Amino acid sequence: MTAQNQRVLSAAETGFVEAFAATHGKQSDGLSEARRAAMARFEAAGLPHRRIEEYHYTDLKAKLRSAIALSARAEVAAPGALGEVETQGRLVFVNGRFDAALSNVEALAGKISVSAWAEKAEAPAHDTAAFPRADALVDLNTAFVQGGATITVAGGEKLEKAVEIVHVAKGEGASFSRIDLVVEAGADVLVLESYQGDSGAYLRNTLTTLEVGDNAKLTWVKLQEEAESATHLASASANLGKGAELSQFLFDAGSGLSRSQFAVAFNGEGSNAALRGVSLLKGDSHADITLSVDHKVPECDSREYFKAIVDDKARSVFQGQILVKPDAQKTDGQMMVQSLLLSESAEVNVKPELEIFADDVQCAHGSTTGEIDEDLLFYLRARGIPEKEARKILILAFLGEVIDELDDARIGPLLTSRISNWLHV
Amino acid sequence: MAAVQETIDHVKSIDVDQYKYGFVTDIESELAPKGLNEDIIRFISAKKDEPEWMLNWRLDAFQRWKTMEEPEWARVNYPKIDFEDLHYYAAPKTQEGPKSLDEVDPELLETYKKLGIPLSEQEVLAGIAPENRVAVDAVFDSVSVATTFKEELAKAGVIFCPISEAIREHPELVQKYLGSVVPVSDNFYATLNSAVFSDGSFVYIPEGVRCPMELSTYFRINERNTGQFERTLIIAEKGSYVSYLEGCTAPQRDENQLHAAVVELVAHEDAEIKYSTVQNWFPGDSEGKGGIYNFVTKRGDCRGANSKIAWTQVETGSAITWKYPSCILRGDNSVGEFYSIAISNGHQQVDSGTKMIHLGKNTSSRIISKGISAGVSQNTYRGQVSAHRKAKNARNFTQCDSLLIGDKCGAHTVPYIESKNATAVFEHEATTSKISDDQMFYCQARGLNEEEAVALIVNGFVRDVIQQLPMEFAVEAQKLINISLEGSVG
Repeated sequence: MTAQNQRVLSAAETGFVEAFAATHGKQSDGLSEARRAAMARFEAAGLPHRRIEEYHYTDLKAKLRSAIALSARAEVAAPGALGEVETQGRLVFVNGRFDAALSNVEALAGKISVSAWAEKAEAPAHDTAAFPRADALVDLNTAFVQGGATITVAGGEKLEKAVEIVHVAKGEGASFSRIDLVVEAGADVLVLESYQGDSGAYLRNTLTTLEVGDNAKLTWVKLQEEAESATHLASASANLGKGAELSQFLFDAGSGLSRSQFAVAFNGEGSNAALRGVSLLKGDSHADITLSVDHKVPECDSREYFKAIVDDKARSVFQGQILVKPDAQKTDGQMMVQSLLLSESAEVNVKPELEIFADDVQCAHGSTTGEIDEDLLFYLRARGIPEKEARKILILAFLGEVIDELDDARIGPLLTSRISNWLHV
Repeated sequence: MAAVQETIDHVKSIDVDQYKYGFVTDIESELAPKGLNEDIIRFISAKKDEPEWMLNWRLDAFQRWKTMEEPEWARVNYPKIDFEDLHYYAAPKTQEGPKSLDEVDPELLETYKKLGIPLSEQEVLAGIAPENRVAVDAVFDSVSVATTFKEELAKAGVIFCPISEAIREHPELVQKYLGSVVPVSDNFYATLNSAVFSDGSFVYIPEGVRCPMELSTYFRINERNTGQFERTLIIAEKGSYVSYLEGCTAPQRDENQLHAAVVELVAHEDAEIKYSTVQNWFPGDSEGKGGIYNFVTKRGDCRGANSKIAWTQVETGSAITWKYPSCILRGDNSVGEFYSIAISNGHQQVDSGTKMIHLGKNTSSRIISKGISAGVSQNTYRGQVSAHRKAKNARNFTQCDSLLIGDKCGAHTVPYIESKNATAVFEHEATTSKISDDQMFYCQARGLNEEEAVALIVNGFVRDVIQQLPMEFAVEAQKLINISLEGSVG
């Protein structure tokens, strides 16, 4: 315990502490108390390192070496369309701040209310109770958050077209943004979110809170396509009501260092959460997906299905936890994670965890790790397909299973074309 | 009135605190004073008549242990252990070392009889089925008091003796191998064991020898409040084979007892070691009071090419089990196996699993773990499978199944899968479920009562592992499973 008291702050930690003192040290706006409390927690605990179980494979203390300044406001050109998907309404954030000029929220009027807030405005309190424990990334976001929006989908509204949220980064600073999405009872919405940036060595920290009301449905597709030199640290939490349905898809293909953590809590019976995703890693990128699903109430189903392609010296981390509390009888929890290693020096670390305190449950997890099956490759080559092409076909088929399971015609083609683009670069 | 009495008797008979093997043998024993310091270590070392190097090894371990902290990562809860409040040495008082069974304290033999150890029946055993003979190196508390079959083993060149004897008689072997698999400062409990280990078994199988019989040690904790720190070292030279059985029971106690054993296995080229354990220490009473704390470090090193180490364990006892028998697959083409049945009932807490560390080429490992939780117990499988850069074509298959009996217990699975080699193929699957109503109905419709039905289904559930046990153990293990689950239904 003395070791903790004598802890020396790393350059990156000191950077955050000093940046906070400079920007928020003397403020007294509504957010300040929460900001200060979060900063105090961060200062005490520091960046998470490998001795912290949840960060065992992603040692942020070692990976974030130098201090990084806070990002400045920036002007960017309107980001292009995300792909062949029908959309209505768009929210654009530049360096963590809502950009009204690039956004189009009028189209949503009547069905969805958007209330964007800026750095100094009073930010709504957020509920991160779904997170299993205090987390440094969430604390950093709370301390520094530069802009955000509360998006509320009115009860009973069923929207066919996707609502777009585009986060753009420019320059080299650290950006902090937050989205609170409330889907009221009986509503149905598709949210397509994209993270992109220019080639700078920027850091992004985002926090997303999702409230899915009784019998509501949310499909949340996140495209993580940050610049290669970027660091992407995303935290999300979801609270599901009775009979609610959450379908999430993570396309994880950018940034040199990323951590996507998602905590889902079932608060009402008969609801369903499906978390899926693909990670495409090359170079020396490091991508971490950490999930926790909290079955608090009976009769909920959860499904986790993730696949990773790991090439070059890249490193893929998957940690998934299904927690079934004593009252959560009739739970069905299924988790599957499969990784394909394409290179000798690629690395995969997987920790699928089951924690079960109720007896009348069906829970299972599976994990496979390996390279492309030589027999399959031979089969295709014997039919005249060149090896390179054959490999692509097999990878596409491997990843395609997750998209097939998502079974959403609105976004399936967009995801498939992104994967094949990645393969052909 | 008779009916009431019958009910009382019945309830009593299935209560977990009616521990079948709960009795204290009244034998005079010699105790070291409570507490842990250099003097105690010198005392233990002197008692064992150890050479200087051994004492220094212990003292070095003690120095390191003082700087270490108790691990807290396992999913087990227990009151803090006061390491100063324990006896670190207890030995039954014997005037001279017994030369044959006739000289062994009859009370001791009686104890073994209660445990069902056929020590005094060795001639009978030998007469009936010579090929199935079992050599017993019985560890009564901390000192081996009777060693059998020594001669025949000696004929084959096998050394099977208490480790204290090996330290005196075969120092070159002990010095070469002790601590080479589990380093002195490996973990808190292993380091403690290195400092204060009392006794244990030493096995050396020379090159090309297939050990003529199964080797067996029965551990028993007998003296009140004595920590039992066993140290086992098994070395299988090139092309040799040995099967080692370890079975444990302990008398009923009020206070918790600490057991921190270290087992090291070394398999050279083409050698095979099969290590089987049946662990049935006192699990604590129906309120969770008492019971053994079992913090064990077991590790096997497949040092040579084509070597094989297989761990099989049936864990039904102890209040707390913290045990991860592991394999370091260093030699090319080496094989590691882990078969486990862990049953927790009452207030037991189990955090057990294995580690398969693939270092060599074409290494393969298999993990079959069956966890059964009943009562208010918590049962965790924690395992690691890793392939290092050079572990080309490493293979692993892991299957962890958990069965829940009752709605107040917990079953947890925490696997770590780490691959640094593209050619490594790892498969892992885990399931958690309860005994289905259909299965119960099917059995009960055929006239089995509820308890028999559960026992039958559970025995089916763990069959894959039972099959891996040597004959002598398989029967015992099956009985043990039924006893362990008594009182878990209804």
